[in-house]
Amino acid sequence: MERKTKINAEDGKQELMITREFDLPLELLFKAYEDAEIVEQWMGTKVLKLENKKHGSYRFETTDPKGNKYGFNGVIHEFTPNHKITRTFEFENTPFGVQLEVLEFEQLTDDTSKLTIHTIFESVEQRDQMLKMPFAQGINMAHNRLQEIVNKLK
Amino acid sequence: MNLRRDVFQAIADPTRRAILLLVASQSLTAGAIAANFDTARPTVSKHLQILTECELLEQEYNGREVYYHVNPKKMKELADFIEAFRKLWDDRFNKLENVMKKYKSKK
Repeated sequence: MERKTKINAEDGKQELMITREFDLPLELLFKAYEDAEIVEQWMGTKVLKLENKKHGSYRFETTDPKGNKYGFNGVIHEFTPNHKITRTFEFENTPFGVQLEVLEFEQLTDDTSKLTIHTIFESVEQRDQMLKMPFAQGINMAHNRLQEIVNKLK
Repeated sequence: MNLRRDVFQAIADPTRRAILLLVASQSLTAGAIAANFDTARPTVSKHLQILTECELLEQEYNGREVYYHVNPKKMKELADFIEAFRKLWDDRFNKLENVMKKYKSKK
């Protein structure tokens, strides 16, 4: 599969750049971020609140298969339809701190568009921890099952 | 929707991890690999197919026998934490794209 999503995380910097080109018109791409019901579908999260305006706020909640709940929230600083969203992001009860996110939406052609997410962390350490999270989860999952595998092999 | 095979999906399964451990040190035939498991032979074949599709395993023909060995380049991806992060976002954005394509056709 073609690598459409790019991550740029330079060593020693407390920022992160995510870029992605979509086979979608700009308006549809923006709508995926604007409409609470649609956000729920692709993020796999519950949208408890989503106020798309300056000084508005949002709160999402995800439940894992074990029933644990994880909350995410932030405040919206700029909301310019089909162009830009500036907001903060906080993963509740984690040591990741609060991040500043600048989302820019661009039209490429009538049917394609591009999203750039620029995330600024409080520190380099926090950024690196966040980057390692999906990896750590994958490894933990594997480790938990390792004993089981070894036993089967005996 | 076509199935996406990637290295992280591959290691999510305990049997597939065990297969990788087995062939890490030597090339083995499907039969020799299956002999290490209680699971049915077709199940092991399916796992080998998935591991080959996501390029963690490579096939090598020696006469009539097919030997499997690990692909070191792809195994390195497992150690690359940024790739895991990228994959997470790529999956999320693929979902967004699919959701919006359906949304468009509904209108």
